[in-house]
Amino acid sequence: MSAVPRTGADVLVIGAGAVGSAVAFYCARAGMSVTVLDKGKPGGGTSSRCEGNLLVSDKEHGPELDLANYSLDLWRGELEEFGHLWEFENKGGIIVASRESSMTSLQRALRTQREHGIRVEEIDVPQLRELEPNISDDAVGAAFYPDDAQLMPMLLTAHMLRLARSHGAQVHPDTEVTGFLSQGERITGVTTNRGEFQANVVINAAGPWSGQLASLAGVSVPVEPRRGYVLVTEPLPPKVFHKVYAAEYIDNVGSSDDGLQTSPVVEGTPAGSILIGSSRERVGFDPTFSPTAVRDIARNAVELFPFLSDVRILRHYFGFRPYSPDHVPVIGPDPRAPGLWHACGHEGAGIGLASGTGKLIAQAVAGEPTDLDLAAFAPDRFGAADSEAAQSGAAKEAAA
Amino acid sequence: MTGGVQEAEAAPAEVFDVAVVGAGPAGLAAAGEAAAAGCSVLLVDAGTQFGGQYWRHAAPEAEDTDPGRWHHGWSIYQRLTQRVRDAVDVGRIRHLASTHVVSVRREQAGGDGAEGFLLQASLLPEAQKPGSYQAPQLLQARALILCPGTYDRQLPVPGWTLPGVMAAGGVQAFIKTQGAAPGRRVVLAGTGPFLLSAAASVIHAGAEVAAICESNSLTGWFPGGAAAALVPSKAAEGAGYVALLAKHRVPYYRSTAVTAIHGDAAREGAVRSVTVSALDASGTPVPGSGREVNDVDVVGLGWGFVPQPELLLQLGAQTTLDEDGSLVGVADADQSSSIPRLYLAGEITGVAGAAAAVAEGRIAGRAASSSVGQAVRAGVADIQDRATRAAHRRFASVMQKAHPIPEGWTQWLEDETLICRCEEVPWETARAAAEELSAEEPRGLKGSTRIGMGWCQGRMCGFAAQCLSKKAHVGEGGASSGREAEHAAALSAAKRPLAVPMRLGDLAEEPELTQE
Repeated sequence: MSAVPRTGADVLVIGAGAVGSAVAFYCARAGMSVTVLDKGKPGGGTSSRCEGNLLVSDKEHGPELDLANYSLDLWRGELEEFGHLWEFENKGGIIVASRESSMTSLQRALRTQREHGIRVEEIDVPQLRELEPNISDDAVGAAFYPDDAQLMPMLLTAHMLRLARSHGAQVHPDTEVTGFLSQGERITGVTTNRGEFQANVVINAAGPWSGQLASLAGVSVPVEPRRGYVLVTEPLPPKVFHKVYAAEYIDNVGSSDDGLQTSPVVEGTPAGSILIGSSRERVGFDPTFSPTAVRDIARNAVELFPFLSDVRILRHYFGFRPYSPDHVPVIGPDPRAPGLWHACGHEGAGIGLASGTGKLIAQAVAGEPTDLDLAAFAPDRFGAADSEAAQSGAAKEAAA
Repeated sequence: MTGGVQEAEAAPAEVFDVAVVGAGPAGLAAAGEAAAAGCSVLLVDAGTQFGGQYWRHAAPEAEDTDPGRWHHGWSIYQRLTQRVRDAVDVGRIRHLASTHVVSVRREQAGGDGAEGFLLQASLLPEAQKPGSYQAPQLLQARALILCPGTYDRQLPVPGWTLPGVMAAGGVQAFIKTQGAAPGRRVVLAGTGPFLLSAAASVIHAGAEVAAICESNSLTGWFPGGAAAALVPSKAAEGAGYVALLAKHRVPYYRSTAVTAIHGDAAREGAVRSVTVSALDASGTPVPGSGREVNDVDVVGLGWGFVPQPELLLQLGAQTTLDEDGSLVGVADADQSSSIPRLYLAGEITGVAGAAAAVAEGRIAGRAASSSVGQAVRAGVADIQDRATRAAHRRFASVMQKAHPIPEGWTQWLEDETLICRCEEVPWETARAAAEELSAEEPRGLKGSTRIGMGWCQGRMCGFAAQCLSKKAHVGEGGASSGREAEHAAALSAAKRPLAVPMRLGDLAEEPELTQE
């Protein structure tokens, strides 16, 4: 840190969502001076338009699983004292197979997951009914993941920022980055609609807008929006006790298809509403209502939990997941633009992975050894094809 | 229930020339005019009978021989409905009563290639016949006139959840439909001319008005007021109220608000008294000025009305913040919105009363007809409608300026006063979120406290949340940016993709539209 003369904050975080807030918290707690900018309101992007999943059940082995396990240890460990503030619930997840064929694929997936240290038990229909009495009669078997958890993302973001502020961080809403400041090839800050902000390190935590932000600094980070809908029911007495989803969900999470995919994810919340997902489609930042996505989500959910048919939906919303082509987040310093770091591309897992991402960034910025090797998350790992795809995606958005 | 669900069929191919949402003063006028111009018209309304909130009246079974005695302009209502009924009889208008439009989107409709509108219409649960559930239907129209009207604007006060506390609009609606007052001794409080109208209804229904508390210092309404004089019918209406209140010796307090409502523990907390306090020039309660008004069984709180913006926002039409802080649609001289063939009439363009609504409905009905190729002869009536609209909008604007919400209203809140009734969020939680979590705008407030997330989706607490955010923006960047931020906050809080809750099963069974 001492190589560069100090002119502003130690760390400038762009994006006050779950990931940016956790980065700010860990950096501020480590004694760095931190400034957070957001083009809108804190938590106003993806973090207020998602479900708050902390899942290991949908992970394949590899760096994302490592980060998920590392993050879970933090949520349940050093962050446990704050868990009630963001309604952390270690509720467990259940994947339900409704056909013999999907049960077979599920069993295959379980074996691999178990080999890589994911705690999972295969359960039969009576056991499933014990855990979820309202599940469909079509269920033929299921897998139970005791480590899947949930939290409330808006509360997480608000409290992470509050904690960061208590360690001296400053938060500037409605402050949109318009360009980067540099000395030679080194990034030294940003220009915004509210003036310049200088810093030793600028961290791109702009979620689905991260690709656009990186391009302002002249580097390509192929993170793109992938839209998803969530339906919210009227508040009910508890009827869904775990995070319950269908076996097809894993395939969709791991796919890179542009088109619309839907698979049911159903979960209760402490407030009584049931959240119903999920859909995935890469349509840029298109806000046009998709009746097909909402209808398919509704159909899937009713198949999984028939009682939901007569439950009323109060609202639905959509958000944009920060999709990364290889489904692995982008975390760490960018060698192509010294001074610029990234903490983005978490797709649908950013809430759960926020803690680990924040802590690893804080360690790396401080020049300490990191608990996980950041090489697998390197910003310059993508090939030209990914970058071109991202460019053409950006062009499509610009045209729309 | 699923047993009675009919299989979703392909939607009927019928495409209406004009769809009108709402059958209050504006909607009735619009539908009648469009039908007269030769259009096929779809009239969808949540009411079981015509009239909307303004001309809400008893069901025919009640055998009220003279429902008009509770109403202004009843003869206008009768003329408008007769015209609509005649058009229904000859098949020119299809009227769907007790039906909500849950959502609307733009779609290709009709043979001319122009975009039209697709409405998802759902029969009210209470109107469903036992054993045969009627699923929502998709309806198509080439032009759309939104006349959704308003609901009462609420401002929290300690005790506002007690039995006997109603919106002032609710007090009047009760009288119009029941033919009797909801209580024996009523306090009306809030701001604006509607308090007088509600008081008149209470008196006509034979109950006593214990007090009217107008939070503003009041200029401009009473006869001789400059604005009222320009609109003779309003001046006469005002004079009528003054005479009535004087005759019944109704205490009328200016710069005064009900700052607490007290219940009687022996009667399940039902209202027994209120505390009224003087407000200073900034609209803040003067400490120590509180005094009790006792022996009260109904409190009607009237802080104005909120136009229902859901369908407008679903279509992405341009909006603005009206002088009273309400989110309203932007309409041009022909009542046309920023979206082709979407017309707005009545309170959705700004609360201005029934006379303006009727004029706007007629103008919109003609403009929508001509947008779908039905030639409309613009005659003297059109000139008259435009003059009526101008006069009543001017009057409304003066009224809105004279009746702002008191700036210091949060001062009368107690820690445990509920801000959001659905999610039971008390003031101390909202305040703590604003102070400690910087959750000052409605979205942040909602996310961190659940204000507005419940059954009413922020319809009841939305204005209060918007006021809290306005405070947060004071001093941030001058008046205009504060206004912009307030508009953005209001927009974000009012976006509701479903105008009413909808069964998940109905969402799952939405039929595919057959396109030729």
